[in-house]
Amino acid sequence: MSHIKIELRKEDVDFIKGVCTSFNNDPQELINVLHSCQEHFGYLPAEIQEVVSEGLNVPVAKIYGVVTFYSFFTMTPRGLHPISICLGTACYVRGAEKVLDEFKKELGIQVGESTKDNKFSLSSLRCVGACGLAPVVLVGDKTYGRVAPDDVKNILREYE
Amino acid sequence: METIKLTIDNKEIDVPKGTTIQKAARELGIEIPTLCYMELHDLGIENKPAGCRICVAEVQGRRNLAPTCSTNCENGMVVKTHTPRVLNARRTVMEFILSDHPKDCLICPKSGDCELQTMAHRLGIRDIPGQEFAATSTYRKDTSPSIIRDLDKCILCRRCEMMCNDVQTVGALSAINRGFMATVAPAFEQNLEHSTCTYCGQCVAVCPTGALTEVNHVPSVLRALADPTKTVVVQTAPAVRVALGEEFGLAPGTIVTGKMTAALRALGFDYVFDTDFAADLTILEEGTELLDRLSRHLNGDTTARIPILTSCCPGWVNFFEKYFPDLKDVPSTAKSPQQMFGAIAKSYFAEKIGVNRKDMVVVSIMPCLAKKYECQREEFSVDGNPDVDYSISTRELAAFIKQANIDIKTLHDEDFDSPLGESTGASVIFGTTGGVIEAACRTAYEVYTGKKLERLDFTELRGMEGVRSATIDFNGLPVNIGIAHGLGNARKLLDDVRSGTSQFHAIEVMACPGGCIGGGGQPLHHGNSDVIRARAAALYAEDRSKPLRKSHENPFIVKLYEEFLEKPNSEKAHHLLHTHYFDKQKKIIIKH
Repeated sequence: MSHIKIELRKEDVDFIKGVCTSFNNDPQELINVLHSCQEHFGYLPAEIQEVVSEGLNVPVAKIYGVVTFYSFFTMTPRGLHPISICLGTACYVRGAEKVLDEFKKELGIQVGESTKDNKFSLSSLRCVGACGLAPVVLVGDKTYGRVAPDDVKNILREYE
Repeated sequence: METIKLTIDNKEIDVPKGTTIQKAARELGIEIPTLCYMELHDLGIENKPAGCRICVAEVQGRRNLAPTCSTNCENGMVVKTHTPRVLNARRTVMEFILSDHPKDCLICPKSGDCELQTMAHRLGIRDIPGQEFAATSTYRKDTSPSIIRDLDKCILCRRCEMMCNDVQTVGALSAINRGFMATVAPAFEQNLEHSTCTYCGQCVAVCPTGALTEVNHVPSVLRALADPTKTVVVQTAPAVRVALGEEFGLAPGTIVTGKMTAALRALGFDYVFDTDFAADLTILEEGTELLDRLSRHLNGDTTARIPILTSCCPGWVNFFEKYFPDLKDVPSTAKSPQQMFGAIAKSYFAEKIGVNRKDMVVVSIMPCLAKKYECQREEFSVDGNPDVDYSISTRELAAFIKQANIDIKTLHDEDFDSPLGESTGASVIFGTTGGVIEAACRTAYEVYTGKKLERLDFTELRGMEGVRSATIDFNGLPVNIGIAHGLGNARKLLDDVRSGTSQFHAIEVMACPGGCIGGGGQPLHHGNSDVIRARAAALYAEDRSKPLRKSHENPFIVKLYEEFLEKPNSEKAHHLLHTHYFDKQKKIIIKH
C-alpha cells in the first residue's frame, strides 16, 4: 500500500521544513531548496525528498525527476573527500579515462560509489571550464591539473 | 478577435490569433502527423510538450523546421508540410525514436492499436539505422493490480504525465533520468502499487505505445468458464454497451447492448446480468443515506455530514483515501455498483439457485481499470472468497470475443437474464458524468416530496464542463448539487469541503474525464472528444428508450427488498451493501 513510513529525526525534518520556509514554500524554488538540503546532508535520500515534497507541495515524483536529471544531485552519500574526474572532450582526449581507471583500481570502487570507510567517493563530470589544465581532477574544492595515472597514488596520500 | 492570414501547402486560410499551425492545417483537411500532441477539446485538456518532433513543417524564411503543435500562426506565413526536407526530417526523427524501441510488435499487447506502429507504417519506415549505437533501456516490468508498466516502450510523449499531474493532480508519474534511460515513472522508480497512483487508468487511456497497458484477466475468466463445477455470472457496466462496438468498427455511440448480451452468452457465461441492476440498488441505498443526512442536517443535527459525496467510482475512492483521509466520513458508505452486484449475486442469488458462493465466479465487464483493484480489496470478500472474482475491461472483452470466433455484428439482440439483469433508465446514465446524481435526484425527489416527478430529464446536471453545479427544487427545498469529473476538478470541490466553504448538499465525482464513458478500460479515443460525446449521447438515448426510468420503480429491486434486504439502509443492507474507508495518506514519522 502507499502507507509509507518515513523515519527522520525531528531536527532533520525541522531543518528541511525551515529551508522550504526560507524560500517561501515556493515550488519554483525546488532546485534551490534541493541545493541547500544537499549542502547540509551531503546527499538527497528518498526521505528528504518526501519532506521537501510536503514543504513545497510538489509531487515527490517530480522531485525525484529533478534529482535524477541533474548530475549534481545525488541520492547516495558522498565520501568525506568526493573525487570528480572530468571526462569532457579536452580531458578525455588527453587521457582522463586512464586516470579514472587508476582511481577505480586504487579505491576499489566504481563511479557513483563510496569507499567502505566513506572517506572517498568517485564521480565523473563533463567539463569544469579548466580545459587548459586537462585532464582535470577535483577532490572536494581542490583542483588538480594535468593529472597522469601515476599521480593518483600521491593525490590520495594527501588525504591519508 | 484578431484574424491571421497564412498559406499552408498553397492553400490560404484565416484563423484567430493564437491558433497553432497544426490546428490551422487540420481546418484545411491537412492532418500533420504527431506522436506526443493530444487534445481533448471538450475537456480543455492539451498535451504539447513539442517532444516528439514528428509534426515539423517548413516555414518560409525560418532557418529551422517548426514544431507545428506549438508554433502559432503569423500573418503572411507560408507553411509547407510535405517538402523533401520535411519528410526526411520526419523519417529521421522516427528512426531515432525506433532505434531504442523494443522490436517485439508481434507479441506486444498494444499491437494493432499502437500509435507508434501506425506512424512507422504511415511514414513508410523500412529500415532503422543506428540501432547498434542505441543503448536500449532495461527497466523491469511493473505489474500492479490494475496497470502494467513496460518502460522500455516509453517514447517520452509525456501524455501520461500530463494526465496524472495536470488533469488528475495525482502526481504519481514524472519524467525521470536522462538520455536513453529517460522515462516516466513514480518517485524512486517504486512500483505503482507503492506510489500515490489511484489506478484511474487515464495514463493507459492516452499512452500511444505498449508502455502502459492493463492487467489481463481474460485467461482466468476462460479457465472459470471451462470449469464445469463453476457457475459463472457476468455483469456489464453501463458505459461498456456504448463503446464496445468501436472495437468492431462500429461508429462511436452505437448501442450494442443486445449484441453484447448475445456475445456473452455465446462465450459461455451461465448468467448474463447487468451492473445497472446494482446501480438502481445503489440509488436506493445512497439516495436514502442522502435524504437521511440532509433531513438531520436541516433539523440542526451537527453530526450529519453535508455534503454527501458519491462513492461509485473506485479511482475516486482511492484518491480521497490518499489525499483527503480527513474527509473519509463525508462520502456515502454505499459500495460501488460493481461490489453491490457481487455481494447480492453471492448471497441472495446464490441462495436462490442453490449454489455455494465458493462455486460461483462473478466476472465484471468494466470501462475501468481501478475496478480491477477494487474487486481485490480485502473488505470485499468473505473468508477469502471475493464478491467479484475478475474484472475485465471493455477492450479485454472485445479481444475475448474475437478470440472466441464470435462475429458480434451478425448476432441477434438478446436480453439480460432475470432477476439481476433488470434495470431502469436511471441506472444506464451512471456511465456518464452527472448521471449518478441525476438518477439519485429522480428517486430522492419522489421519496422526499411524496409527489410524482413530472420532468425526468435534469438537463441542468448534464454537460462536459469539468465542474458543474445546479440547484434542484425539491418542492420548496433547494438542493445544491455539485458535479466534478476528472480528479483535478474533484480536488477543487474537496478543498472547499475541507475548508468548510462548500455550499453543496450533494456532490458527484467521477475520476475519469467524461465519467465512465471516458474510462481507462474503454476503446482508445486517441484524443477525439467527439467519441466521448457520442457515448454520452447514446447513454441518454438508452435512458429515454426504457419503459422505467426511476430506480425505485425497478420491480426486481422492490422484490429484492421484500424478499431479502427489508428496506434501504436496513441492518442487512448495511452489512452487504455498505463499506468503510481507510486513511492511506503517506505519513512522515518522526524518529525519537
